[in-house]
Amino acid sequence: MVSTDLTPVVDERAGVPVGPRDSTGYRLFTWLNASVLVLVTLLILYPFVTLLAQSFSSSGAIKAGLVNAVPVGFNLETYRVVAGDDRFWTSYGNTVLYTVVGTAIAMLLTTTFAYAISKPHLRGRNALIGIAVFTMFFNGGIIPNYVLISSLGMKNTMWALVLPGALSVFNLLVMKSFFENIPRELEEAAQIDGLGWFSIFTRIVLPLSKAVVATMILFYSVAYWNDWFTAFLYLDEDNLFPLSLFLRNLIAGATTTTAASAAAAGTTSAAISANIQAVTMILAILPILCVYPFVQRHFVSGVMLGSVKG
Amino acid sequence: MDVPHDRAHRVLLADDPDGIVTTPVPAPDDVVDPVRRPPRPPRGTSAKVPWRLALRRDGALYAMALLPLLFLLVFRYLPMVGNVIAFRRFRPGGSIFGEEWVGLRYVRMFIEDPTFWHVFTNTVVLGALTLLVCFPLPIVLALLLNEVRTKWFKGAVQSISYLPHFLSIVIVAGMVMQLTSLQGTVNQIVEGFGGEAIPFLQRPEWFRAIYVGSEAWQTVGWGTILYLAALTTVDSSLYEAARIDGANRWRQTWHVTLPGIRPTMITLLILNIGLFLNVGFEKVLLLYTPLTYSTADVISTYLYRVGLVSNNLSYAAAIGLFQAVIGLVMVLSANFISRRVVGASLW
Repeated sequence: MVSTDLTPVVDERAGVPVGPRDSTGYRLFTWLNASVLVLVTLLILYPFVTLLAQSFSSSGAIKAGLVNAVPVGFNLETYRVVAGDDRFWTSYGNTVLYTVVGTAIAMLLTTTFAYAISKPHLRGRNALIGIAVFTMFFNGGIIPNYVLISSLGMKNTMWALVLPGALSVFNLLVMKSFFENIPRELEEAAQIDGLGWFSIFTRIVLPLSKAVVATMILFYSVAYWNDWFTAFLYLDEDNLFPLSLFLRNLIAGATTTTAASAAAAGTTSAAISANIQAVTMILAILPILCVYPFVQRHFVSGVMLGSVKG
Repeated sequence: MDVPHDRAHRVLLADDPDGIVTTPVPAPDDVVDPVRRPPRPPRGTSAKVPWRLALRRDGALYAMALLPLLFLLVFRYLPMVGNVIAFRRFRPGGSIFGEEWVGLRYVRMFIEDPTFWHVFTNTVVLGALTLLVCFPLPIVLALLLNEVRTKWFKGAVQSISYLPHFLSIVIVAGMVMQLTSLQGTVNQIVEGFGGEAIPFLQRPEWFRAIYVGSEAWQTVGWGTILYLAALTTVDSSLYEAARIDGANRWRQTWHVTLPGIRPTMITLLILNIGLFLNVGFEKVLLLYTPLTYSTADVISTYLYRVGLVSNNLSYAAAIGLFQAVIGLVMVLSANFISRRVVGASLW
């Protein structure tokens, strides 16, 4: 790079030349671009904002169609009502239980399998990988799964929710490519010291993989936390319902009320449930919102790791 | 052996000699053994060891793979085999593989079922609209983000746009219901312009827009991650060369940036095509009502109602199998076509 005139201005992070900064066209573009992005961000944020506003609003204001981004008739009554509902806390507890147990099982299966298939010398390795990858593109479908879970006697038990999702092939491939990149010499040294594969895995490989393990835990926890359909399929007893299913029933019930009362210009019951829905939704998102800022980076790195081997 | 080396082998031994290959081929003297070898030579201690020895040496590894393998067999492959009930009479409480063969009875049944073809059309339309809107949007957003020089601003937009990805589909459905309800923001805007409030979720003509819109809302941000990663790998000397050749910003984007992220685009396109028919079953199930079946009912929701609500499991399994096979065929052919035409493929 001899001539300074032709050297593009390079952004330190992206390494992309941006051209001369002082040209009017470029400045115009920058502002336009920023405005578009601000607009996109606001559009993405808006549903959250209005949800929050509704959760603090009075039922009358929602019924009158006054609530958008700002609470109208501010009150905490709805939060008190929801927090006083035993079914809410039962389902919250269930969700925590299913998430913890499910994630634990999933991590056990994923890490052990990923470690085994990350060893290039393992005989039958390609077959093992093939068996796993094939399930990404072809699955049994709802009906045979339902028949299987029923015949295993898992209906109305925690296992119906926890076991079927306990191995995500995407996560498996992410872990595998991470393990493959651990320097071989470390393991070879341990082998010379007489450690078996299992000890190498637990004492050397896992401690080196804290970041990816954390990412996988997050992926699985979010999946279990958000799952409602499995519960919808396999659970009939209220006291086993996870939060997501409790919420779904709340919403589904509310829509029928809204539909019925549409002609009658909206009764109070529909508006109250709009309140309660909003609060329950906020409380269901809350844990994810609380950890999100701290873990977002890990999520992103997990996706990128997965794309390496795709 | 390092990764590029391994790739070089794969490229040289690819079985279609006239296929255009995007992977850089190293200098000839870098290639050890260009004669016939299995397409993917195992790395490391590659020679095949006898099973007896492998088991003794790697017994612990096989033991670690045992439980996950068992899991896959029971919870993934058993249901696949369970699809035979599409061709057998099934009695609840009986064998999960059905009682006796009935041949193609259930297949004929859905081929002659007008509702099936109706939901099939709905699925294709919904899937196509989703692909059309939700595939290009993240690319556009990533390109816009890539032009942002202010770090905190870029970071903030990214963080906020990723957020919807982590929401339960139930929450998304709840938000959609609130926004489109008679008292919701959308209708307030409609009324603000002097219109009449519309019960959107009860109108079949609005369902597709609502579905695709909410899908875009939830996926656009998260979808940028891989593109942003790909954008950072575009060689900056290419931009320099383009500038010397007199390319303006727009032409640089067109001739340098887009080709740079093409492999990522193709890979994601293939994946999306494979998932085409599984269009957000859960979301449809949460958002549709009998009033909107004419546009909202898709294959999965139909087979769910036939199978699990009306208890006609064999018939529903036949539909499900059909759907799964089409999905598999689609992803395989998309992969094949993209390898032939653009030289990039998933495998």
